[in-house]
Amino acid sequence: MSIFSTKKSWINLTIWALVIALIIAAPSVLPVFRLNLLGRYLSLAIVALGVDLIWGFTGMLSLGQGIFFALGGYCAAMFLQLNSAGEFPNGIPEFFGLYGVEKLPFFWEPFKSSIFTLISIWLLPAIIAGFLGYLVFRNRIKGVYFSILTQAALLVFFNFFNGQQKLINGTNGLKTDVTQLFGQMVGSEIMQRWFFWISAVLVILAWFFARWIVRDRFGNILIGIRDDEARVRFTGYNPVVFKTIIFSIAGGFAGISGALYTVQSGIVSPQFMTVPFSIEMVVWVAVGGRGTLLGAILGAVFINYAKSLVSEALPASWMFIQGGLFILVVTALPEGVLGWIRKDGLRKLLFLIGINKKLETYPSLEVDEQGEVKS
Amino acid sequence: MTAPLLELKKISVSFEGFLALRDLDLVLNQGDLRAVIGPNGAGKTTFLDVITGKILPTKGDVIFKEKSLIGQKEFRIARKGVGRKFQSPRIFENLSVQENLALAVSRPKTPFSLLMNSLMVKNLDEIQRLMSIVNLQSKANIRAGALSHGQKQWLEIAMLVGQDPDLLLVDEPVAGLTDEETDLTADLLKSLAGDHTVLVIDHDMEFIRRLDCPVSVLHQGHVLKEGSMSEIQKDPLVIEVYLGKSEEEEE
Repeated sequence: MSIFSTKKSWINLTIWALVIALIIAAPSVLPVFRLNLLGRYLSLAIVALGVDLIWGFTGMLSLGQGIFFALGGYCAAMFLQLNSAGEFPNGIPEFFGLYGVEKLPFFWEPFKSSIFTLISIWLLPAIIAGFLGYLVFRNRIKGVYFSILTQAALLVFFNFFNGQQKLINGTNGLKTDVTQLFGQMVGSEIMQRWFFWISAVLVILAWFFARWIVRDRFGNILIGIRDDEARVRFTGYNPVVFKTIIFSIAGGFAGISGALYTVQSGIVSPQFMTVPFSIEMVVWVAVGGRGTLLGAILGAVFINYAKSLVSEALPASWMFIQGGLFILVVTALPEGVLGWIRKDGLRKLLFLIGINKKLETYPSLEVDEQGEVKS
Repeated sequence: MTAPLLELKKISVSFEGFLALRDLDLVLNQGDLRAVIGPNGAGKTTFLDVITGKILPTKGDVIFKEKSLIGQKEFRIARKGVGRKFQSPRIFENLSVQENLALAVSRPKTPFSLLMNSLMVKNLDEIQRLMSIVNLQSKANIRAGALSHGQKQWLEIAMLVGQDPDLLLVDEPVAGLTDEETDLTADLLKSLAGDHTVLVIDHDMEFIRRLDCPVSVLHQGHVLKEGSMSEIQKDPLVIEVYLGKSEEEEE
């Protein structure tokens, strides 16, 4: 037993060393363009982790995570715009001039502070998610109705942001790549390198945080809510509180993810709140493995990387491939790729094509001292 | 004389005009073991729904430990000391036996406590004790969904006891069990009475007889007769609505 566990910890250590080495080395190995893409996809992995927490573990399929993702992005972009607005007329971001706005709208004011911005990037989406979630969960809206409601909320936010030229530049969104941070252009190579590293580190931290949440009884209650909410209630737990907390955490994750994605793609716009994008987030988790945190990360990164590679080679075919992938996973691997591997899927497949022998084990039998099977 | 633990006062429940319960009165004292029988549709499950807060009665009152339960949320009623076992076993199938029980014995049942505190030694001992009562020690780390039907029933009863309720409401605990399992369940429930107050609903006459306790016969939403099993069996009214019919069916 002890040999096994030390062996296992050695494997773990090796994997971690490899991951850290890759993160440090990536900027010197990958071309700037690819590095930037990888950084973006790592940031998307954070929103995927949130989707996994609320859907994979708690069973609430939210199709509105784009709301919180975009909010995080807007928080970051507002700060960056203000940070480099000094030379523009009235000392406010340039786009305001287009609409004849001379005074900064009040809600922009606090975003002059970097500390406020760093906090609001995750706290603001978390609070809004918590508030919306509480109202929905308190009224025991779940299942399909919850999904429809989140999608409707997404559309409301999308339309609202689209229409507010004078407040947040409406459909054009807020550009960040030509803004300044620490005396550097945000879109510059050196800044992008840092954003890549920050994204990588934050994915790992978010993963640890999510793991800590689901590790023990709190996570078991989430699974309990997914499988039988009434039982949770009659066991003396209030599901509303648990659902609100986890939805709020997923909202915070989405916010961080959106902010990192914004600074690496150079713009935030209401396009972050389109319906397909929020559904894609669900697809990453479904393909990677719902209920497996690592699956959410790998799903987000690999599907997006595949998307960019396929789109370069065969433009316009990606949607078909993504749709096909989703159907394949839902029908053949309902627990996602990682869930399938963890359930011995690989060995079963090898057996099916005749390479491997089936193992003759029955893991749940317990034998007593005489070697007889206990009943 | 101390006040009863649970008192149902003239409970009526109407589903769009259909009276599922009508002026139902029932009194349970501390430590009682009580069986409730009745034909299908007599309102047996509905009246558990009323006690546990799942259904709001149209009129009447439920007094538990001298306080009304009407209008309280289900989880609050559970925390006050009312435990319920459902008709078909409802356990958390994707958690192990031990994890299921850990959720039942955890206290306080707040998110913060679940996240920050680890289970106390006292709780771990309690889990071991519960598993030994229902004979599931060897299955501690097995996914509850993989248990047999009878073991699931027992796990749910063990979870119920783990909540340490004053009142256990047990809905058809022996449905689908073998005779041997049924006998064990009867003994288990009898041993729980005294420390706890236990109310059992079932169809199985052999099982009820084995419980050897006062029986209430429910018919069309109200209590038709209360008494010992032998009294009940002699009552012509009861025979007409329930026992007689079931004997005919057996033939």
